[in-house]
Amino acid sequence: MKKTDTPSQPPETRTARENQRDSIWQALLVPVLAVVTGLLLGGVVILASGANPLEAYGALFTGSFGKPANLIAGLGILFSTGENAALIKAIYPFTESLVIATPYIFAGLSVAIGFRCGLFNIGAEGQFFIGALCSAFVGYSLKGLPMIVHLPLAIMGGALGGALWGMIPGYLKARFGAHEVVNTIMMNWIAFRLSDWLLSGPMKASGFRPVTPNVLATAELPRFFSAPLRFNLGFFIALLAAYLVYWFLFKTTLGFEIRAVGANPDAAKYAGMNIIRNFVLVMALAGALAGLAGTAQVLGVDHWVGQGFSAGYGFDAIAIALLGKSHPAGVVMAALLFGFLRGGATNMQSMAGIPIDIISIIQGLVIVFIAAPGIIRWIYRIRAIKTETTVLTRGWGS
Amino acid sequence: MKKIYFVSALLIIASMVLAACGGSAAPAAGGIKVGQVTDLGGIDDKSFNATAYAGIEQAVAELGVEGKYLESTQQADYNKNIQQFLDEDTDLIVTVGFLLGVDTAVAAKANPGTNFAIVDYAYPDCFGTDFVEGQTCGSATELSNVLGLVFAIDQAGFLAGYAAAASTETGKVATFGGINIPPVAAFMIGYEAGVNYYNAQKGTSVEVLGWDTAANAGSFTGNFDSLDDGRSFAESFVQEGADIVMPVAGPVGLGSAAYCQETGSCKIIGVDTDWTVSSPEYTDIILTSVLKNMNVAVYDAIKAQVDGTFAGGVYVGTIANGGVGLADVAGASAELKAELEAIREALGNGSLTVQ
Repeated sequence: MKKTDTPSQPPETRTARENQRDSIWQALLVPVLAVVTGLLLGGVVILASGANPLEAYGALFTGSFGKPANLIAGLGILFSTGENAALIKAIYPFTESLVIATPYIFAGLSVAIGFRCGLFNIGAEGQFFIGALCSAFVGYSLKGLPMIVHLPLAIMGGALGGALWGMIPGYLKARFGAHEVVNTIMMNWIAFRLSDWLLSGPMKASGFRPVTPNVLATAELPRFFSAPLRFNLGFFIALLAAYLVYWFLFKTTLGFEIRAVGANPDAAKYAGMNIIRNFVLVMALAGALAGLAGTAQVLGVDHWVGQGFSAGYGFDAIAIALLGKSHPAGVVMAALLFGFLRGGATNMQSMAGIPIDIISIIQGLVIVFIAAPGIIRWIYRIRAIKTETTVLTRGWGS
Repeated sequence: MKKIYFVSALLIIASMVLAACGGSAAPAAGGIKVGQVTDLGGIDDKSFNATAYAGIEQAVAELGVEGKYLESTQQADYNKNIQQFLDEDTDLIVTVGFLLGVDTAVAAKANPGTNFAIVDYAYPDCFGTDFVEGQTCGSATELSNVLGLVFAIDQAGFLAGYAAAASTETGKVATFGGINIPPVAAFMIGYEAGVNYYNAQKGTSVEVLGWDTAANAGSFTGNFDSLDDGRSFAESFVQEGADIVMPVAGPVGLGSAAYCQETGSCKIIGVDTDWTVSSPEYTDIILTSVLKNMNVAVYDAIKAQVDGTFAGGVYVGTIANGGVGLADVAGASAELKAELEAIREALGNGSLTVQ
């Protein structure tokens, strides 16, 4: 098992290389066209609802990136008077979009790493909650530690909690052949109701709100700007995680094994690979990543966990992994896209009077086009190229 | 041609989905801007977010203010949505629900020039010694730019309990809540007191299942979203012999209503709004509804803002000022109607109290 390149490298003929180049080009082209088509169709929906799509998308843009004029004015004020209030206000929308993208990156990586091994992790939402609750618990219950100890402990708590939650369906799949789709969905419900119970009893803060106590300042992910900006270290940890997942999947023997199991479990088995270990390992890693999404949210943004802790990050993550073609770099880009869409939605809702649900429609349209690339090829008359395809998930029988 | 069919089919589906999602706010000239930040239920939750927004819509129509709303899909949105309204120089920001208690107080302190009204919450809210202002609670002092809108819903619950006791055929009536927090428990406290009052008046022994004021304990689903829980709670109460259920858990109660309608074994008491209006499909099994008229309170707050008389503090909606009430009781005898009217009056003038 020394070989660490792609499982089925085509022979290095000229046509093959050309094909490969074309397929990379198309791998990028289809998602981009899917997004563009989704936005166009979304625009028609906005028009149908009686609003002006240009105005709506304008508000979406300024809501997710900020107004360039405000940025320039803010910089001007900073240089002339040293006051940074205007600049802070100008970069607020942009940083807020990155804040929303942070849990999306982690959760998207979680689903993507599962896809690479042929496992469909629908349990990211439950793992997200468990990770958040574990991080919150470590964050508020351990007192008197310096930040350099407390913060890593709280982060590890979230990763371990999520890993455990993901490992259970992985083990059930490997040992008993129980399908991970069913089991991760079940684990979601257990996580939701467990958190309901924890929030109304054992982990409840004093007072009558069913929320956890705030994590201590020593367990908070440091923020880079003053309030109301919430941009924090979590975003960079997410980028680091994306790099580590890339390195693990494509540069290590274990990562190769995981991809081999995903491509063809039977072949991998007869090549001497330990399928059981790989399933459990991948689900634990997926759980840890989804748990870290919850960790980033609680330690970086909210500082407490309540019932409305997630806006469905774990479920949107499936879309992100699909959009990103289960590649860490693709996941980061897809997560940023979702972050900007969600970040700008508030402004669009307020300025153009468009319900926030339009963003869900656009996301849904994009996913339809990603899931059925034939539609995009057909609309834009793109020639399909025969290449090896990534196995996203295996059927019921395997 | 096929492509055109495909695209138009998509569009039709999408526009239907959009239409179902509810419309947007109507902008109007008038200078005064009002914005509502909803809780997680969304603007069309048929419960408190929708009721509060009805007050804003009335103000838009009658006072000519500009009204908007922003929906929160997760707790991190509270702060973001309030911030959005602040950036737009909104004059009065209405936040809905106790979960927004801390974010509202923090924003109100940082922006003394903006007025706030918060439903189901009031300041000061920091008690004891073990608190951090702006984190575990909102404010240790009264805020001059925040009006807390709270409701003596136990008075309306009292009427509902009396009506339930008068209407039951099995001698057992039930209630359950979402989470045991004061705004929820108040319904159930009043309900139990109303049943007990009926027993004292009539010499009956109607029993209340699902709540015990003396123990401050009862049946709670632990959430405000599982219709399945509403169903199974109603089912177990019916098995224990109850024939009237009051679910105090937002949409969870719709699961109970579905169970009652399918089996014909129980009646439902709606909460917050008149369920025969908000969920007319269940009219045949709705006994009555406990009304929490948040629309009236929100409208009054906006009117005060327009008139320039807005003041911070606490507004308490009562039977006397119409802030709370009971909808018509289905199939009520003239006698019951007269008795409820008498209780309403007695609660209003203070000659009868819930405790």
